[in-house]
Amino acid sequence: MLFKGKAWKFGDDISTDHIAPGRLFHLRTNLPELAKHVLEDADPEFASKVQPGDFVVGGRNFGLGSSREHAPRIIKLAGVGAVLAKSFARIFYRNAINIGLPVLTCDTDQIDAGDELEVDISRGEVKNLTKGISIKTTALPDVMIKILNDGGIVEHFKKHKGFAL
Amino acid sequence: MGKTLAEKILSDRSGADARAGDIVVAEVDAALVQDGTGPLAVEELRRIGMERAAKPERTILFIDHAAPSPRKELSNAHKTLREFAAKTGAILSEVNEGVCHQRMVESYARPGDVIIGADSHTCTSGAVGAFATGMGSTDVALGIASGKTWLKVPETFLIKATGKFQKGVYSKDLILHLIGLIGADGATYKALEFAGDAVEAMSMSERFTLSNMAVEAGAKTGICASDATTRAYLESVGRGSDWKPLEADADAVYERVVEADLSKLEPTVSKPHTVDNTATISEVVGTKVDQVFIGTCTNGRLDDLRVAASILKGKKRASGTRLLVCPASKGVYLDALAEGIIATLVEAGAAVVNPGCGACVGVHAGILGDGEVCLATQNRNFKGRMGNPEGFIYLSSPAIAAASAIEGVIADPRDYL
Repeated sequence: MLFKGKAWKFGDDISTDHIAPGRLFHLRTNLPELAKHVLEDADPEFASKVQPGDFVVGGRNFGLGSSREHAPRIIKLAGVGAVLAKSFARIFYRNAINIGLPVLTCDTDQIDAGDELEVDISRGEVKNLTKGISIKTTALPDVMIKILNDGGIVEHFKKHKGFAL
Repeated sequence: MGKTLAEKILSDRSGADARAGDIVVAEVDAALVQDGTGPLAVEELRRIGMERAAKPERTILFIDHAAPSPRKELSNAHKTLREFAAKTGAILSEVNEGVCHQRMVESYARPGDVIIGADSHTCTSGAVGAFATGMGSTDVALGIASGKTWLKVPETFLIKATGKFQKGVYSKDLILHLIGLIGADGATYKALEFAGDAVEAMSMSERFTLSNMAVEAGAKTGICASDATTRAYLESVGRGSDWKPLEADADAVYERVVEADLSKLEPTVSKPHTVDNTATISEVVGTKVDQVFIGTCTNGRLDDLRVAASILKGKKRASGTRLLVCPASKGVYLDALAEGIIATLVEAGAAVVNPGCGACVGVHAGILGDGEVCLATQNRNFKGRMGNPEGFIYLSSPAIAAASAIEGVIADPRDYL
């Protein structure tokens, strides 16, 4: 999977409340509507201006907080190609892989807002086209690669009639 | 080489010799969803034709986050859970029965269990000696349908707590202090194991507060040994037969040991907008508060309400400060009524709302206005948490909360004890 798009830069500790806040709790059963508000409390312009294939670029501990799977789901529904961050919170990371939203760990200080990026998910390659540099990423754990290759945790479970990890 | 509590439980429930770093497939001894995460779990199971529960008597669906429902969309989400319960035989915990984590420890969590829940504070049940962890809706859906889940066996941080709390200092102050020390991502993917003579001396309610907030340091679970206190608690809720002893091996391997001397702790708060942004009480005394909220799965139990009532008895909330109280479960509510605690709190000016999660997660019943400050006994203070990104949330013990309600500014509870 190769994505090319613009970087939307966010800071450290972007919580699931920034991504899918409790005040929109009633929209959790209407994900396309909830996606219109994705990350609204971190950047009010993001949801209306993000283009398919663009990237969410965070700092440390991206996705901390609640277990709400709606958070990675609406990032994916908004057309985001991948989330890049220095580190991810545990539940968000597992949820993202489960539902097929690529997440890559790398030094995001080398990316500024608006930079054009090219990201090869399967190779784990991030190129900052604006700055003309390649950024090293941390390899996904083997178990996550298996789940991604099977097309997410549900597809994995169906294919193997259980967990084969 | 010995095993940590996490390694012991996951070895037993997977049949493998589970060591930190291993991937295991474990039995799910209890699975929970709530009204914010459950409908998505049910939809996923319907979509893939697996609308069933492998262990219906150990699958619990909680209507607690928006209870009673403030909107038709949420009423329909509740219907989805009720339909799933009716179809599969899973247990439904209705409006007013309480916050899922409090209800889990009262009625379902057992020492040695693997418990998964579509709610990040599922780790609360770790206090009874269970491996309890939060996951997303799809993971829990598969756990409900198959009775199994996959887990990476975590490395463990040993939290070794010694000494005695000074007057006005509680397990909430300890866990806030620890999160400040470790950082909001300092224990990502790890298990916390709470031990030491101070933890051995704690009540179960105090231990629940510790385990509840393990996730706020990024941890996967927060476990306590199962001992005589655990046994007495389970007997008190009519589940003595669920008890079994469980402790880590003396030669277990820990990634890190974090020591805390309780006698040196001061009343502690978390400042907006992250839980690890901690300060001792003297740094924040005098901060104006518009709302005080006492309740939640972190600090909405009988002992919490009792401390608040002892401080508020015969006094009134400050005129510019609202006081909300929410017992964590129906059982807590009834006990607090019988003890006269609720009357004391209402006389002091509290609005008592029915057991649930609404204010803490910002769904209803306590949403902040623009620029308003809330001091809450809950576990999170993220931007937007209480329903308004323009609000500011401080976290504290019930004692600080009660003292602050009287003064209308953040206050030191030691002046009232």
